[in-house]
Amino acid sequence: MIFLPIVAALFVPMLFRKLKGIHTGWFVLVVPVLLFGYYTTFLSTTMDGGHAISELQWIPSLGISFVSYIDGLSILFSLLITGIGALVVLYSIFYLDKNKEKLGNFYVYLLIFMTAMLGVVQSDNVISLYLFWELTSISSFLLIGYWFTRDRSRFGALKSMMITVFGGLMMLGGFILLGIMGGTFSIRELIAQSSTFINHEFFTLSLILILLGAFTKSAQFPFYIWLPDAMEAPTPVSAYLHSATMVKAGLYLVARFTPIFAVSEVWIWLVTGIGLLTLFWGSIFAVKQTDLKAILAFSTVSQLGLIMSLLGAGAITFHTNEAIFALAMFAALFHLINHATFKGSLFMIAGIVDHETGTRDIRKLGGLMSIMPISFTVAFIGSMSMAGLPPFNGFLSKEMFLDSMFALRDFSLFNFDTWGIVFPIVAWIASVFTFIYSFYFVFKTFAGKRKKEKLPLEPHEAPIGMLLSPIILASLVVVIFFIPNVVGKWLVKPAVMAVQPYEYAHPSEVAVTVSAWHGFASPALWMTVGVIIIGALLYLSLSKWQKIYSIQPDHLSLNAVYDATMTFSEKGMNRLSRFYMNGLIRTYLIYIFAFVSVITLSVLFIQDAFVVDMSSFTEVNSFGIINAIILVLGVIFILFSKTRLGAIIALGAVGYSVALFFVIFKAPDLALTQLVIETVSVALFLLAFQHLPKLSDHGETKRNKLANAIIALGVGVTVTLVALSAHSQKLISSISQYYIDTVKTEAGGGNIVNVILVDYRGFDTLFEIAVLSIAGIGVLGMIKLRLAKKEDSNENK
Amino acid sequence: MELLMAILIGVLFTAAVYLILSRSILKIIIGTGLLSHGAHLLILTMGGLGGSAPPVLSDGVTDFADPLPQALILTAIVISFGVTAFILVLAYRAYAVHKTDDMNQLKGNDEHD
Repeated sequence: MIFLPIVAALFVPMLFRKLKGIHTGWFVLVVPVLLFGYYTTFLSTTMDGGHAISELQWIPSLGISFVSYIDGLSILFSLLITGIGALVVLYSIFYLDKNKEKLGNFYVYLLIFMTAMLGVVQSDNVISLYLFWELTSISSFLLIGYWFTRDRSRFGALKSMMITVFGGLMMLGGFILLGIMGGTFSIRELIAQSSTFINHEFFTLSLILILLGAFTKSAQFPFYIWLPDAMEAPTPVSAYLHSATMVKAGLYLVARFTPIFAVSEVWIWLVTGIGLLTLFWGSIFAVKQTDLKAILAFSTVSQLGLIMSLLGAGAITFHTNEAIFALAMFAALFHLINHATFKGSLFMIAGIVDHETGTRDIRKLGGLMSIMPISFTVAFIGSMSMAGLPPFNGFLSKEMFLDSMFALRDFSLFNFDTWGIVFPIVAWIASVFTFIYSFYFVFKTFAGKRKKEKLPLEPHEAPIGMLLSPIILASLVVVIFFIPNVVGKWLVKPAVMAVQPYEYAHPSEVAVTVSAWHGFASPALWMTVGVIIIGALLYLSLSKWQKIYSIQPDHLSLNAVYDATMTFSEKGMNRLSRFYMNGLIRTYLIYIFAFVSVITLSVLFIQDAFVVDMSSFTEVNSFGIINAIILVLGVIFILFSKTRLGAIIALGAVGYSVALFFVIFKAPDLALTQLVIETVSVALFLLAFQHLPKLSDHGETKRNKLANAIIALGVGVTVTLVALSAHSQKLISSISQYYIDTVKTEAGGGNIVNVILVDYRGFDTLFEIAVLSIAGIGVLGMIKLRLAKKEDSNENK
Repeated sequence: MELLMAILIGVLFTAAVYLILSRSILKIIIGTGLLSHGAHLLILTMGGLGGSAPPVLSDGVTDFADPLPQALILTAIVISFGVTAFILVLAYRAYAVHKTDDMNQLKGNDEHD
């Protein structure tokens, strides 16, 4: 069933082209609705703590397959994905114009994303999980860049791609290490043997790598920077991907791997700490924003941090049995549902405001309450829930959040007792700012004076179809407040059980009852009262202190760090390759020669391989000495020759003395060939002589010449040393005795060299002839063919 | 004798590399010529310089020079001749078209063109 959306995506372009009259979204809507219905049928199984598995083999020889594993956690996410997906498709039908927009593209991307997301939450195999994970990155990239003619869209798409793919690759590394530790890629089997991992050398590394994946995807500090830029996507996309589903993939990952990693304190402190930091940071910066969607983006970042910190606190259950940490895990998953409902509706409202007034700039908006009463009501419900006020579902989860953070105060596991007090304080301050930006969002938009002259469009209420989805979500916000325990029983408790499989045998054992009223004794109540009072005071004085934000200079922000990294790596790489690829053949030859001699010499000395065995040497031949002196003189003459003619003749002399060596060393055929070839070569040189330039060193500097000489000497010494030590350490004798013995009987010849050339090893000779012919043809071609006219004109100048 | 040959080969290689690193095409070609001489002598030396008779069967001789390196060198000589002839003509053409034999000016780079 995971693949239903992607299969449906195949038909979308056809529907879009053939049926112009009907908005393509109506056909697409069928898919998430069907899936939602399908997944609700699993609820009865998961409520009993059961699970459903279906498997599709992919690469069985590598242990990689698509296994869809549906337990409490997967079903919670699957229902969110399909449910919100259906509402978002419904909303997009009214939001996107069927004549002006390329709907085919939009729905194809969206359906790919839906498959990818379902795959992420249902995969039991880490490799297929990674596959779907990257598919969400890619489809998100496509959706953010949907209006690809705008620069900001392309920038946002690229940024989100860079950051999430970076995290994804880190995560793949973590998965592979896990696979090495456990010997399997199946998450269930890994969980079953997780207790053996804690002392493995890869444990902490894979933990950190997997968390990097989760943190980048879920926009945690400092990787949240892609999310505000992803707001260039169409609003349905922001509502769906960047508030309700994709950014929760990281949370899913953390929850899913909690049974494996929660035994480690690194995991608990990283997840809780980064989560709280993100919560704090996001909530403070949300108040700075002036764009409706940017406020919501920072609020999403902040709320994801909240859930992340709760997941971390919930993981402490693996160490102690205090009920309060079980509450934290429950609160995390409960708030995950709540956040999806209210944030989805808020994004849709932001889209509606944009659609009906033509702007999302909060400084231009105001006084829309009487014109858009329904939107205002929905926005009000969503914001109040986000602020954590009753009677909305955000209140319940925020109470539980404050309770858990308060409990961390005197938590003394891992010698962390004195710092525990930081947790409730940070959480409380973040809640105050959450309160402020929630009010800021809804009242700056809908209350106050209307600024008619600033609005590009005449504002009016949105059509009912567009309002339908936010209304449904807002009613859920209220309904969940009144029946939290039904949601808890059906969805959250099975999910908690899936996250903590050792603690519970049945979902009903999760002993958490959500209640709106804790009594006066509850610390969370007083914290909430404090949040409301301080928050209200700060909100009313907002205009006085909002300027504080302009203190922070732009170039010190995390975005500036990202931009600088990108420019630096591009420019740095460019400079680096310009530096070493300078186009001069001398430079490249220096690399090659220096590399050869340095590597060879160091190997010789590291391996202690330099041996000279004088005993294998033959006697020195006096003709040989004289000939060697002639040869060296010739070489020296070439090196210092100022004229071409001298150099060519000296080269000929060297060639003839080589031929003499062949005579001395009993190689008559070689001597003959060498003599002939040398003669022909010199003749060739002389033939080309007239056409060749005067010998010149082109004003080469002394320094370069010295460098050349040093490198040349290095190569020469290397060759000599290698020759000597190779000769001194022959391991096996020559096979030539065979040729000598059989040359008459097998080949019927007397000249052994010639018989080798044309009989024993005739193939070499064949291709040597080919080489000569090719060289001849090449020479002919170079001289005869003139392809480019430019060449000719150059030549005749 | 091998020691002397090894040093001689080292001298040939040094000179060849020095010439190849220079900026004039003709020097580079001469350098490759010296390099192939060095390589041929290296093969011969490494095959062993013993043997009192050339590898041609004749009565009463048993101590032949090793024929296999000689066959290899013969092939190598012919191939290096072919290549030398080719690059010589190539240099001639390059000089005719570009009017320079300075390798620094012949570099393929966007600064020229």
